[in-house]
Amino acid sequence: MNRYILKRLVYLAVTLLVITTLTFFLMHSLPGTPFDEDKISRLSAAQQQQIYASYGLDKPLYIQFFRYLTNMFKGDFGTSTLYLGMPVSRIVLNRILPSALIGFQAVLFGVVIGLVLGIIAAYRHNTSMDYMTMIISVLGISIPNFVVAALLQYFLGFKLGWFPVAYWESYANSILPSLALSFGVIAQIARFIRTEMLSVLQQDYILMAQSKGLSPAKILVKHALRNSILPVVTILGSIVVNLLTGSLAVESIYSVPGIGSLFVDTIKANDYSTILGLTVFYSAFYVVVILIIDILYCLIDPRIRLASAKE
Amino acid sequence: MQSGPISDELFRPSVKNKEELEHISRPNLTAFQDGWLRLSKNKGSVCSLILLILLVILALAGPHLTQFTYYGTDYNATYQAPSMLHWFGTDKFGRDQWARVWYGTRISLLIAVVAAALDLIVGVSYGAVSALFGGKVDAVMQRFIEILVGIPNLIFVILLMMLMPASVWTLILAMSISGWVNMARLVRAEILKLKNQEFVLAARVLGTSDRDIIRKHMIPNTIGVIVINTMFTIPSAIFTEAFLSFIGIGLQEPKASLGVLINSGFQVINSHVYLLLIPAAVIVLIMVCFSILGDGMRDAFDPRMRN
Repeated sequence: MNRYILKRLVYLAVTLLVITTLTFFLMHSLPGTPFDEDKISRLSAAQQQQIYASYGLDKPLYIQFFRYLTNMFKGDFGTSTLYLGMPVSRIVLNRILPSALIGFQAVLFGVVIGLVLGIIAAYRHNTSMDYMTMIISVLGISIPNFVVAALLQYFLGFKLGWFPVAYWESYANSILPSLALSFGVIAQIARFIRTEMLSVLQQDYILMAQSKGLSPAKILVKHALRNSILPVVTILGSIVVNLLTGSLAVESIYSVPGIGSLFVDTIKANDYSTILGLTVFYSAFYVVVILIIDILYCLIDPRIRLASAKE
Repeated sequence: MQSGPISDELFRPSVKNKEELEHISRPNLTAFQDGWLRLSKNKGSVCSLILLILLVILALAGPHLTQFTYYGTDYNATYQAPSMLHWFGTDKFGRDQWARVWYGTRISLLIAVVAAALDLIVGVSYGAVSALFGGKVDAVMQRFIEILVGIPNLIFVILLMMLMPASVWTLILAMSISGWVNMARLVRAEILKLKNQEFVLAARVLGTSDRDIIRKHMIPNTIGVIVINTMFTIPSAIFTEAFLSFIGIGLQEPKASLGVLINSGFQVINSHVYLLLIPAAVIVLIMVCFSILGDGMRDAFDPRMRN
């Protein structure tokens, strides 16, 4: 197990290095500068040189790269050119809270509603409840999250006026974006739990529990649910990926000052250093989450552990 | 019917005919025909397939059914609600939304199908080479994949889109650079599994050449996985295109794709919601149909996956 984690950590480091290198050279091969072309061409050559020098853009590319790498280890990701003079690390830190709140609430809504729907669907297999859950989950998986977000904003926010339409002023502002993000999570969880439950309910130990005379509720919670909930770990990865990409569009739609909308804004503004920092941030987050999920997976299911030990 | 005791003539000995016992009474079905039979029994899948064919026909013929073009502007007729003249209304430049929606559907489908085909070619050959050669080649190729898997796809598609001028082919290229990994892993796993199965061993013992083993055993047995995975790649490519165009780095006006239309509809959501609802409905319909059809195909072509 320790060997496995060590191996994975090495991969993690290599992956992050590859990502950073790729992104760095991609960003620097982009046409144009991060500055306003019109304004900067009005400056004298010496002044232009001075501005480039203050951002370190006058050095050869490989020197810029190594300086970036060494600074990165010190927690310095350079300075933003969109938010003048702000260190990238501080901008990102300022923006984490709204994203984390929305992400957390989306997972919470998604897991709770998804679990309830999935359990009901499996328990009342082939009834109208089951079909409804299946329809919801197919829709949830198929409808792009930015469409969900736009529709929720229009109907619940604008037409009915139940929730604030956009911006980030009070807690109520976080509800619509969380709902929009949770839609896909609900669908994935409900579908998965339903399938798992259906196979668990056919096991001999459920028959045994029934013949012992346990109440249906007890069987459902103590035997069926406990055994079908563990494999959910396997789809956590794709849920996290969905949330990450979803947050880009959803945060922009609701003008949430989070990481997702920051990424979209900086892309539109060619803000190299912030894009670089965010790519590294996203990738690191992604890689670490996947690692944690894989480790959890090994701990839960001994069969996987054996397979990976053999490898 | 004869009443009374049954006469002796009616009794005939039943002779065991060895030829007859081994006789195959039904026509031989290939795996594909077999899957197709099962698929055609699945109502949801058949409906989705019909709907998808309809959508494709509309995407091809739709723009020609109206006198307007997707790019022709008319500043006297901006933001018209759906009417007999403009079936889906007009947008802020007075362009006919019916023509734009179906033209956009055509572009979105084109991008998705070409991207999926590229994924298929690269992924299948990478996975097959990795599994068939084995040993060092496999080890190196797998290490490379393990690094790629760690990269969040969409972030890289976004970076590539920034680097290249926005066009249909750029989108396709950006999406296929990272899209094939999943297919490669699936194909490799499938072939590795097949390599160790008895019927392949039997073929080898009988002296079948490598080429024939690949042609007769490997390809027919992996085609199911490949088809099913492609069915899920197409909607995810449609999603990616729409997503990129929606956040403003995919295709640009006056080109139309479903993502571009949803984006410009979203800008005027409070006043002209039909500009958002119609393209959104089309994309949802495409995604739902592909998703149901994909599930149906998985059940039909890979009975082990059925629940």
